[in-house]
Amino acid sequence: MNLRYLEVSVGLFVLLGIAALFYLAIQVSNIAEYRDRDTFEVYAYFDHIGGLKVRAPVTVSGVRVGRVSRIAYDPDRFQARVTLAIQSGTDFLPMDTQASIFTAGLLGEQYIALEPGGDFESLQHGDEILFTQSALVLENMIGRVLTNFSGD
Amino acid sequence: MNEERVADTPHVVVEDLVFRRGRKLIFDGLSLTVPRGRVTTVMGPSGTGKTTLLRLIGGQLRPDSGRIWVDGEEVARLSTRRLYALRKRMGMLFQTGALLTDLNVFENVAFPLREHTDLPEELIRNLVLMKLEAVGLRAARDLSPSQLSGGMARRVALARAIALDPDMILYDEPFAGLDPITMGQIVTLIQRTNRTLGLTSVLVTHDVVEAMDISDQVVLIAEGRVMDAGTVEQVRAGMSAWSKQFLEGRPDGPVPFHYPGDSYRDDLVRGRESRND
Amino acid sequence: MIDALANLGRAGLRWLSVLGRASIFLLRVLRSQDAVVRRYRLTFAEIYSVGVRSLLIIAVSGLFVGMVLGYQGYITLVRFGAAEALGGAVALALVRELGPVVTALLFAGRAGSALTAEIGLMKTTEQLSAMEMMAVDPYRRVFAPRFFAGFLSMPLLAAIFSAVGVIGGYIVGGGLLGVDSGAYFSQMQAVTDWREDVVSGVIKSIVFGFVVTWIAVFQGFDAEPTSEGISRATTQTVVMSALAVLGLDFVLTGMMFT
Repeated sequence: MNLRYLEVSVGLFVLLGIAALFYLAIQVSNIAEYRDRDTFEVYAYFDHIGGLKVRAPVTVSGVRVGRVSRIAYDPDRFQARVTLAIQSGTDFLPMDTQASIFTAGLLGEQYIALEPGGDFESLQHGDEILFTQSALVLENMIGRVLTNFSGD
Repeated sequence: MNEERVADTPHVVVEDLVFRRGRKLIFDGLSLTVPRGRVTTVMGPSGTGKTTLLRLIGGQLRPDSGRIWVDGEEVARLSTRRLYALRKRMGMLFQTGALLTDLNVFENVAFPLREHTDLPEELIRNLVLMKLEAVGLRAARDLSPSQLSGGMARRVALARAIALDPDMILYDEPFAGLDPITMGQIVTLIQRTNRTLGLTSVLVTHDVVEAMDISDQVVLIAEGRVMDAGTVEQVRAGMSAWSKQFLEGRPDGPVPFHYPGDSYRDDLVRGRESRND
Repeated sequence: MIDALANLGRAGLRWLSVLGRASIFLLRVLRSQDAVVRRYRLTFAEIYSVGVRSLLIIAVSGLFVGMVLGYQGYITLVRFGAAEALGGAVALALVRELGPVVTALLFAGRAGSALTAEIGLMKTTEQLSAMEMMAVDPYRRVFAPRFFAGFLSMPLLAAIFSAVGVIGGYIVGGGLLGVDSGAYFSQMQAVTDWREDVVSGVIKSIVFGFVVTWIAVFQGFDAEPTSEGISRATTQTVVMSALAVLGLDFVLTGMMFT
C-alpha cells in the first residue's frame, strides 16, 4: 500500500479520535467548570440537606457561581457541613448571605441558592455562612398540610 | 576465507542429541557431522524428526541433552544476540516456502536485506534482482505469494535464503510435492548454489533418488538414531538391512508394515469375546 | 467422583498454563515496544488495518445506538414530563457504558478476530518461524506493532462512537421528537462530568483496548497451527474478549462510579 495514503489516513483517524474526545469534553461535559480552578471555599451547616449531592450547583439570583465541593456530617453539631467552592470572580458576598437548599423543578436536582444580605464585609476563604435554610422534606410538608386541613 | 579451515573443521557437529516432544522421544543419542562446503542429506522415514533436527540446528528448539555446534559455537548456549548473528549466516528453506504473505515477491527477497542492512534502495534492488535472476524468477517480482505455485514459492524462498549470502543453507523437504520438472529445477538450483557459492547444504528429505544424486554425504536416521552415514557409495556398499529397506523402498522389513500393536488374531478373538459377554 | 475431580484439576492446570503463557507473551511484547517507534511504518500500517478500517462500523453503530437511545429515552422520560433530560440520559449512557463496551465488543469482532486469524495463519504457514530463522524477532516485527495499534485505536474509536452517538440521539430527540436543542445540550452538560464520566469512560476503553488486543494477538500466537486451530482461536478471541470486557466493565464501574 502507498505509504503516503497510509500516513494520511492514520493521521486523519487519530485526529478524528482526538476531535471526538474534544467534542465530548466541551460540548457534552462540563469541562468549563474545571477550567477556572480559581475558587475560594466557604462552608455552611444545615439541619437537613435532603438530596443535595457533591458537585451540585451554587447560584446567586439563579446564576451559577460555584459548586458543592464536600458534604460531611459534623458529629459535634449534629448537622451536615457543606463546603461550597465559589469562583473567585464572585469575590464579594456579604457576611450575612443566606444559603438555602432548593429543588430545581418538582423532581429535579437540588442546589444551593445564595441570597446576599446587606453587610459591608465580604465572606473570605474559610468563613462560615451563618444563615442557612435546610432542604424541604416532602413528607414533612405533606404532613403539615394534612394537619392544617384536619384542624379546620 | 582460508582453505585449510574450510576443509578441516566440520560446519555442524551434533553430539549425543536427546530431544523429547512431550513424552515422545524424538532423538535418542543422535550424533552426526556436516562437512563444510558439501551437500549433506539427512534421510529417514516421515515422523523421525528431520525437520526438528533443522530447528535444533537453527536454535529454535533446545535439546534436552547433548550438544550442537554450528561454526564452532554451541547453539543452545548462545545469547539471543549471538544466536541472531549466527542465524544471519544461515539460510533456511521451509517446506512451504514460508513467504511473508503481506509482501510481494520482490519485497520478500528484500526482507532480510531491509531488516539487517542499511543499504541504499538502488543497491537493494540490484541485489534482489540478482538473487531472483539466479532462481529464474526475476520477471515474477511483482506477484504476490498467493499467485505462485508451490515450486515457484520454494524458488523465491531460496532466493530469500541466499539474500544475505549465508555460509550454510538448511533445506526442509525441498522436493516434497513437486512435479518432475519443478523437482528437476530445484535439484539443479541446490546443486548450483552449493557449487557456485561454496555453501554448506543440509538437506532433509525422504526422496531417495534425487537426494542421492546431489549429495556428497548421506545420513540415514530412524528411531532417533543414526542408522548409516557416509558418502553415497559407502552407504550403498555397507548397507544395513534397515537402510536397504529404506533406500529401495520395500514395504516390509525391519520397519514393519503394521503399526505396532497386538496381533490381528488376538484383536479378532477379543472382539468375539466381548460380543459374547 | 475421583475422575471428575481429576478432570477439574486438569482443566484448572491447563487454564493456569494458558494464563502463564499469555503473561510471558505479554511481557515480551511490552519489552519489545521500542520497535513501535523505531519501526513506525509498520505501526502505521497496523493502526490503519486495526483502527482506520474499524472506523466505519464504529461510526455507523454509534449513530444507531445513539438514535435508539434517543428514542427509548424519550419514551420513558416524556411520561415524567422530563423530556428535556434526554440529552443527559443519552450522553451518560454513551460516555460511561455503551461507548467503551459496545466499541470493545465490535472491535473484538472486527479487528480482534482478524488479528488472531492473521497471526495464526502466519504461524501455520511457518512465516513466524521463517522470520526467526532470518534473525528477525517476530515480537518486534509482528506482535509489538499490532499490540500497540490496538491499544491506541480503542480509546479513539470509543470516543468517536460516543460523539457520533450523542449526535444520533440529538437527531432523533431534537429532530424527530421535538426536544428543544438548547435543552438537549445544556442538560447534557449539566449532568455529564468531565472527570467522573468522560475520563472514566476513556480509562475503561483504554483497559478494554489493552485486554482485547492482548487476547487477540496471544490467541493467534498460541493457536494450534492447523486450519481448525485457527478457527478455534478466532472464536476464542471473540468469546473471551466479550467475557473479559463485560466482566471488567462491572469491576471498573464498581471502582469508578461509587
